[in-house]
Amino acid sequence: MASALINVPARAKRGAIIEIKTLMSHIMETGYRHTADGEVVPRNIITSFSCRYNGTEIFRADLFPAIAANPFVTFFTVATESGKFEFEWIGDRGFTETASASITVE
Amino acid sequence: MRSARTIALAALLVAAFASLLSANEIPQGERRSGYSFMSPDTKAMQNDDTTNPGMLWVLDGEALWKSKAGATGKACADCHHDAGASMKGVAARYPAFDKTLGRPVNLEQRINLCRARHQEATPLPYESRDLLALTAFVAQQSRGVAVEAGADPELEPFVARGHDLFMQRQGQLNLGCTNCHDDNWDKRLAGSAITQGHPTGYPLYRLEWQSLGSLQRRLRACITGIRAQAYDYGAPELVELELYLMSRARGMPIETPAVRP
Repeated sequence: MASALINVPARAKRGAIIEIKTLMSHIMETGYRHTADGEVVPRNIITSFSCRYNGTEIFRADLFPAIAANPFVTFFTVATESGKFEFEWIGDRGFTETASASITVE
Repeated sequence: MRSARTIALAALLVAAFASLLSANEIPQGERRSGYSFMSPDTKAMQNDDTTNPGMLWVLDGEALWKSKAGATGKACADCHHDAGASMKGVAARYPAFDKTLGRPVNLEQRINLCRARHQEATPLPYESRDLLALTAFVAQQSRGVAVEAGADPELEPFVARGHDLFMQRQGQLNLGCTNCHDDNWDKRLAGSAITQGHPTGYPLYRLEWQSLGSLQRRLRACITGIRAQAYDYGAPELVELELYLMSRARGMPIETPAVRP
């Protein structure tokens, strides 16, 4: 099942500032809600997101229960060389997802 | 005595005037999609397919379209092939008349009928991720196509019944759909815009739901909001109401998957 939408420009000029957009499919259950029977719905959130650019970590974020479902994380970086962006989401109940995108720098 | 009669007469006049007002339908040229009531941020979210969370369901739907299901082991794609060609414009015609059932069915029901009749698979539950995903994928093929639902002459009595339900006051608040969506669409209810109620983007991603949802989910929420008893998912009354709303939006472009606040 598709779980992530990634938007990285396919090409960029060397030294250009580029925007990276990521959208991950996740319910982000807060752990503060109750069922009709009064039982707590256990917390199930993404706790960490990171992005590596040709192996070097360039962005990391910790996520918390107040973040809405299907978290959308966007950030900027400088296009230094052609290569690969690797994204990783880690969460409760052993949740891990990865995605990647390539860029050509001219 | 005399003043009591005057008050009664005045009350009658006011009631007559109010009923005249509520008979106002929105002129064709003034019809607006719910999109036009949104903030620039929410519009931007819908416009870009990499920020529109509804696309997560569309991608799931694309996978389901190609996956085999049921006793016959057929996938949607085995009969309908490329959805981009075969499903283009389909959502713009739904709810449509089903000859076997003798009544209109909406897109979700058509998918489940197809599963039952041709795939011999179990129906997908309403609002399940799979049914929403398949519906969103099928409807997205009609993006930009003008709504033409309700044109079939066999649907006439059902459109009329949907219209009656739209006009009918009900619930503890004693409101009909028309009292907000025809008469007060340029105003606000608490902080939120009252829209004209044109269902051009379903199934759509509501930020409030944090999920994709069907038009029936929206209608049930609205009916609960006027403190009336909501019809069950798939109830003929809800399909008739959907049908009337779609025929009321005739000519407006499909936006699926839309984003709404």
